[in-house]
Amino acid sequence: MATTETVTENKTVDQQEDAWSGGKEPFKASYGKLMMWYFLLSDAFTFAGFLISYGALRFSSPSWPVPDFVFSTAPFGIHDAPLIFVTIMSFLLIISSGTMVRAVQEGHRENVRGVVFWLLMTVLGGAGFLGCQAWEWNNLIAAEHMSVTTNPFGTHTVSGEYLEDENGEPYGPNKEREAFEEGESYLIHQHDGEWVQRQFVTEAGLVGEQQFGPKAFGALFFFITGFHGFHVLSGVAFLLIIAINAASGIYARRQNGHEMVEKIGLYWHFVDLVWVFVFLVFYLL
Amino acid sequence: MAEGLTYEEGKKHVRNGLLLLGLVTLVEVFFSLLGKGYVIEGLDNLAWLGYLIGFALVVLSLYKAYYIVYEFMHMRYEVRGLAFSVLLPTLLLIWAIIAFFQEGTSWKQRREQIKEKNEAPAEDVKDLQGLLLQDDVYIMNK
Repeated sequence: MATTETVTENKTVDQQEDAWSGGKEPFKASYGKLMMWYFLLSDAFTFAGFLISYGALRFSSPSWPVPDFVFSTAPFGIHDAPLIFVTIMSFLLIISSGTMVRAVQEGHRENVRGVVFWLLMTVLGGAGFLGCQAWEWNNLIAAEHMSVTTNPFGTHTVSGEYLEDENGEPYGPNKEREAFEEGESYLIHQHDGEWVQRQFVTEAGLVGEQQFGPKAFGALFFFITGFHGFHVLSGVAFLLIIAINAASGIYARRQNGHEMVEKIGLYWHFVDLVWVFVFLVFYLL
Repeated sequence: MAEGLTYEEGKKHVRNGLLLLGLVTLVEVFFSLLGKGYVIEGLDNLAWLGYLIGFALVVLSLYKAYYIVYEFMHMRYEVRGLAFSVLLPTLLLIWAIIAFFQEGTSWKQRREQIKEKNEAPAEDVKDLQGLLLQDDVYIMNK
């Protein structure tokens, strides 16, 4: 049989009984854990590639939407609350990382009930994060009409005042005009399904209208946060599978301190780790 | 569980880690809003403060990343070779960041240059050669 032959062959080659049957582990880590680390390393490069291209495109653009203007809406009709909602999302992920560590600790004690409980807590955190992200996307797409190719978040490059109100109606002669300053952000609204690019006059007396923001912003946002969200989604699915397996006692019978829980733990912390950097480049800077 | 820690100590370790990460995140959000002029009005006009805060945010995020990898993912308790084989390759990213950000800045400068030359009246553009390659200069001499 092929398997036996291979084993015998190896024995004669290096005269070590255990080297290829798992007895001597490289870096004193099991195959599964080691490979999880290397998978995460490659995944880190993928995310780094995305985030670096975000940086390159941001540097190449004369203006860029200000994050605390773009992300200032929260559920229950809260407006003008910069970064608050996304901070709550970050906390959800951080807390779910903590419950994941607890699950691993209970696994080391071979406490099946504890493992299942803390894994389910972690699932709750991940699902909560996904729910928040779904709300955020829905708000950006349905309410603010941002898409992969259209970015209604623009920035004024000069100071001036508007000639039209928010519905695109010209101001009457007696109505006070709304002023704006250089560097101020604006959102181009839709009125009856039509974009309203408000006309304005600059301090130098030139007439212009609101321009759309850099296109790349929408594509980068949906692609990168979507890719991260997909990691969270698959993480939640794996956590559920492993919680069910743990509950069935399959890992307890292996007598290895619930190593499978440790491996999914590595993946889950990595998802949290990536969020640290997505949070940094998209929301904080 | 971290090696050498009792069960109770392990639980405390998790709680402290959560508090630390939560606190650092709050400080980050505060710094970010401070730099954008939300906390104290007018601060968003100070360019040097913007750079300083950007730097502080990057450092704090790297600290969070370090904490997650070393404590939560237990890298601290793995053998040195494993830690190096996972962490050292990420140093390659330093050059990628420098190179691509420089590239982005260069795209912007070129776009501005092209826009300027497009807007200028033809007779005012003295150095049209600037947009051509060396071999194309004969066009100008005809």
